[in-house]
Amino acid sequence: MKYIPTIGLEIHCELSTKSKIFCDCPVGFGGEPNTRCCPVCTGMPGTLPVLNETAVQYTVKAGLALNCEINEFSKLDRKNYFYPDLPKAYQISQFNLPICINGGLKINTSEGEKFISIERIHLEEDAGKLTHDGFDKFSLADYNRCGVPLIEIVTRPDLSSSEEAKDFVEKVRLMILYSGVSDCRMEEGSLRADVNVSVRPYGTDQLGTRTEMKNINSIKAIVRAIDSEIQRQSVLLDEGKRIIQETRRWDDNKGESKSLRSKEDAHDYRYFPDPDLVPVTFSKEEIEALREMLPELPNKRFEKYTTVYGLSEADANLLLSSVSLSDFFESTTDECGNPKAATNFIIGEVLRRLNDSNLSSDLIPFSGNVLGRLIKMIENEEVTANNAKKVLAEMFDSGKEPEFIVSENGYKVINDINEVENTVKEILSKNEKAVSEFIEGKEKAFGFLMGQCSRALAGRGNPKVIQEILRSELNKCKGDL
Amino acid sequence: MDITKLTIKEARTLLDTKQISAVELTTIYIGRIKNLDNKIDAYLSVSEDSALEQAKVAQGLIDNGKSTMLCGIPLSIKDNICIEGTKTTCASKMLEDFVAPYTATSVNKLHADNAVILGKTNLDEFAMGGSTENSAFKQTKNPFDLTRVPGGSSGGSAASVAASLALGSLGSDTGGSVRQPASFCGVVGMKPTYGLVSRYGLVAFASSFDQIGPIAKTVEDCAILLDSICGHDPRDGTSLKYKSDSSYASSVSGNIKGFKIGLPREYLSEGLNSEVRASLYKSIDTLEKLGAKVEEFSMPSLKHAIPAYYLISSAEASSNLSRFDGVKYGYRADNCKSYQELIGRSRGEGFGREVKRRILLGTYALASGYYDAYYNKALKLRTLISEGFEEAFTKYDVVLHPTTPETAFKLGQNTDDPLTMYLADIYTVAVNIAGLPSISLPCGYDLNGLPIGLSFTGKPLGEREIFRAAATFEADFADKFRFPAI
Repeated sequence: MKYIPTIGLEIHCELSTKSKIFCDCPVGFGGEPNTRCCPVCTGMPGTLPVLNETAVQYTVKAGLALNCEINEFSKLDRKNYFYPDLPKAYQISQFNLPICINGGLKINTSEGEKFISIERIHLEEDAGKLTHDGFDKFSLADYNRCGVPLIEIVTRPDLSSSEEAKDFVEKVRLMILYSGVSDCRMEEGSLRADVNVSVRPYGTDQLGTRTEMKNINSIKAIVRAIDSEIQRQSVLLDEGKRIIQETRRWDDNKGESKSLRSKEDAHDYRYFPDPDLVPVTFSKEEIEALREMLPELPNKRFEKYTTVYGLSEADANLLLSSVSLSDFFESTTDECGNPKAATNFIIGEVLRRLNDSNLSSDLIPFSGNVLGRLIKMIENEEVTANNAKKVLAEMFDSGKEPEFIVSENGYKVINDINEVENTVKEILSKNEKAVSEFIEGKEKAFGFLMGQCSRALAGRGNPKVIQEILRSELNKCKGDL
Repeated sequence: MDITKLTIKEARTLLDTKQISAVELTTIYIGRIKNLDNKIDAYLSVSEDSALEQAKVAQGLIDNGKSTMLCGIPLSIKDNICIEGTKTTCASKMLEDFVAPYTATSVNKLHADNAVILGKTNLDEFAMGGSTENSAFKQTKNPFDLTRVPGGSSGGSAASVAASLALGSLGSDTGGSVRQPASFCGVVGMKPTYGLVSRYGLVAFASSFDQIGPIAKTVEDCAILLDSICGHDPRDGTSLKYKSDSSYASSVSGNIKGFKIGLPREYLSEGLNSEVRASLYKSIDTLEKLGAKVEEFSMPSLKHAIPAYYLISSAEASSNLSRFDGVKYGYRADNCKSYQELIGRSRGEGFGREVKRRILLGTYALASGYYDAYYNKALKLRTLISEGFEEAFTKYDVVLHPTTPETAFKLGQNTDDPLTMYLADIYTVAVNIAGLPSISLPCGYDLNGLPIGLSFTGKPLGEREIFRAAATFEADFADKFRFPAI
């Protein structure tokens, strides 16, 4: 490639507070249009916004998770523009004093680790949704989403490829998920990104003219949009043409972007401090208290999984891919004390079953410590590994406790030497042919007899015990000869 | 009973001693509105049925010995304060048919005290103006002289009280809109400390200045109304978490012996009408006779009050009034071909001249490239003015000044001269800039028999001091108090 791309992202993330940012209306997805709104979030004359404290705290938590500094004094501003999905004709956002500044995180690139800076994270309200399709002379407005709290994570232009952008968005998403402030469901639009791209020829320092693509709502689409824009700009430069600073609309179905408006048409938002809201202030103590409340974050866990637990990076990443799965693994490990066994069981059995039934990991019908107890039973040789899989299947189907399933199905391993001895003796007496084959030196016959014994014990026999007794009984037969 | 002299306090006694029933009292006021409001045009809408219903409920409480100060008291409400299910027009074509889907906190508090709401009063469109001439619907007249303005923007509220078409009223005061019309109409108007009364349900003009305030015939009546409507409101983020130890009504007794009163020299310069000036000095004599010490002082920042006020209030208004875009409620222009045309024409046809003038001024003041030169500079002036008052209150219990430089002017006299109109607010806007409490009450009459207003301004949450000073002065002035003949 002759050009170096420079990429910056603005990631919008809906906060999962119970109520909206400035009123009591519930936050939700879907449902009948205009059923989750009130005079405040529909901008009725005379109404006033009252800031949801939880939304502010969530913003701080997101900022701390992404290594930001928290401003002890920040304020909310009005961003003025007319649009039918914005009932007040201004969006309450943050202009020059956002809650979080100067953060960032490390991503993996082909050339190793790279730190991507986050310039700021600010809190704002979401707008409604318009429907234009199917109507000739009008559009419909749904204000359910109006006032849903949103954070906007703005990076510095530190990214150089779509792969880097992908890794960054995935890491940010995971951090936000773990900090518990958003469900980051891209398909529901609760995480979406604006992408800024410019390219410059190799060997130059001067950044090229950038373009912006707004509201891209999947990681795949982000990658495609960036690649397409790098390509488009490179071709223009190759042809000796100029890049125009503009906002473009990315059409993911067509795989191309179209010019929306140029810089000349850009809004003057006339930002000014919202006089209806008092500034947001935090003491150092309050910030530290929120930091204490943050759960263990995925980068810490990754560290622990790979170094302390000795898991492979691939396994660690798989376990960390969702908060519920990672939490499940944590409690399984806490219970059984064997992270490797827990990993094998979860990745081999639990995930397979979830995939088969197309379920997400937050829908496992039992908790991690219950699985931990099952693993402990295998280790204590109370149930065989094979039977344990059957127990797990039933735990999925019925949600019953593993101990109950084991005893109900008689899976309890028989450690009673006499019972095993009697069974072995009986099997030997019924299978004289096999016994004589063994004595003749055919080791294969031992396997056959072993299987017969196991079957006679209905799979509950401790294989080690059976093996030991079988060998000693056979040896006795040998001696008898 | 002479209804034209009746006060809330006296009506309370009449109601509680069963000399009159709440329904009878409300019926009298409804009758007066029907007979007299065609002369005054104070009301934009009258809710006869619900008023009588509220009066019945109030009488039930009185009969059960459960009456409170405002139980069964007929009041009017400025038509920029929302009452669920009734029209709230802001005297604008834009909201001509707007029915509020909820009730303002202040009105809810009046409801809780079982006051009777007679109807909604006229105002300058969106409270922008000082004469009520900017109403899209009616021209309210001054009850003292029907050829003159009642002041504004709460002109309908002040006129309704002065003409005894209500016992009291709620207005809103952004730069003097309660005190100036009270002064013009010879009644008492009070602007509380910013944040003392919830703004929830008051259609915003300039959010950082707007306060709902009472208008009544006496200082005590204003205090009674304030007692009902004040208090923290979780629906208003700027509402103060302040709870007074005792009622404001109780603060009107006492005296002002030893009170230190400051008179800003900047308010005595040219532009102050000689009769108003004479009345002011007579009032100072009265105050000194009553034991107060009045002293002139200088507060140079006051001369910046008008430009700071008009920049900040217009900037906020330009944003607050953006929501009237023809999309969700209010006026929508016909046959629009595009969204741009819909907004442009709905706003162009729905707003009146003064509102447009302020939106343009405010939009300009906030535009990038001008923000620092105008809006930001105005914010700095705001700080200077607040600091000026802070310093004054280290020396004085209250600050005294004329409410307006002139008495009520003729209808149409200033309509083509916005600047003269703006200067009528010259003494009142500084109080809003600093968020202070202030009260205007009659202190004399000019040669035309028009009322002259005197204002006491207090420190933040200094309502008690200004009520006491005003009530003490009022007691001395009572025998000179005049009632308009309609």
